[in-house]
Amino acid sequence: MSKNIGNPMIRMESNAKKGEIIEVRSLIMHPMSTGLMKDKAGKIIPAHIIQTVNITFNDKPLLDIDWSTAVSANPYLAFKLRAEDSGTLKMVWKDNKGGVWSADAKLTVA
Amino acid sequence: MNKTIHRRQFLGTTLATGAVAAAAGIGLIKPRLAFADNVPGWPAKAFDAKVLKDAMSNTIGKTQVAVSSKVKLTAPSIAENGGAVPVTIEIDSPMTADDYIATVYLFVDHNPTPLTSQFTFTPACGQAYIQERIKMAKTDNVRVVAKTNKGEFMASAPREVKVTIGGCGG
Repeated sequence: MSKNIGNPMIRMESNAKKGEIIEVRSLIMHPMSTGLMKDKAGKIIPAHIIQTVNITFNDKPLLDIDWSTAVSANPYLAFKLRAEDSGTLKMVWKDNKGGVWSADAKLTVA
Repeated sequence: MNKTIHRRQFLGTTLATGAVAAAAGIGLIKPRLAFADNVPGWPAKAFDAKVLKDAMSNTIGKTQVAVSSKVKLTAPSIAENGGAVPVTIEIDSPMTADDYIATVYLFVDHNPTPLTSQFTFTPACGQAYIQERIKMAKTDNVRVVAKTNKGEFMASAPREVKVTIGGCGG
């Protein structure tokens, strides 16, 4: 499991016109174990999930997300951003076992 | 020489373990079954709710919200794999500093955890829009409740998704 974890990715246009609303798509590898499943030996696999995703643009809060066990493994997330200034979009994913991953993407506003 | 010390050490550890066990027994130490360590700020109470009614009261403080055509929820009518059901949320809002969607809650009526996700938007998003993939235990209703910055609530019409293979295991 642990080797298939992390590797966050952000996809978005790197250039936008001022005021344009652009879509940001993201993906991270994570088991998102519910804590309800059992392994081959019949032992419960403990819950292991990403609980929060914090998204900022130029260090200002943009979107905060709280996730439950019901979000699919390797969570995909798409959201929108109004292009006002050039800068950096940053995403931070945190899980219930202390795992923290981050990724960023640059945007140039013309 | 060592043997005599071992006996002492053994007694010492037994006593200490006994004390911990007793403390756990009377509830001083809460056994943490589900999560080893929640991320600070994660609304555990809302996610601990096992039925929709409780999940709604723990998040929005009520169990009924009027349906508005402004809240659009898109999900497939049949999902072959309950482990990854694509869901799109779009809410009609100007998303200005005075008038925006502040929080959006995504529920699945009969999932073990009915509150699936909670989104806190800012006007800088430009549009209250989310796309993600969720797990569904069985054929069920998906619904969205949105809260504006003025504290008004509006809901999507419940959207039924037929699930052929559940996605929660067990």
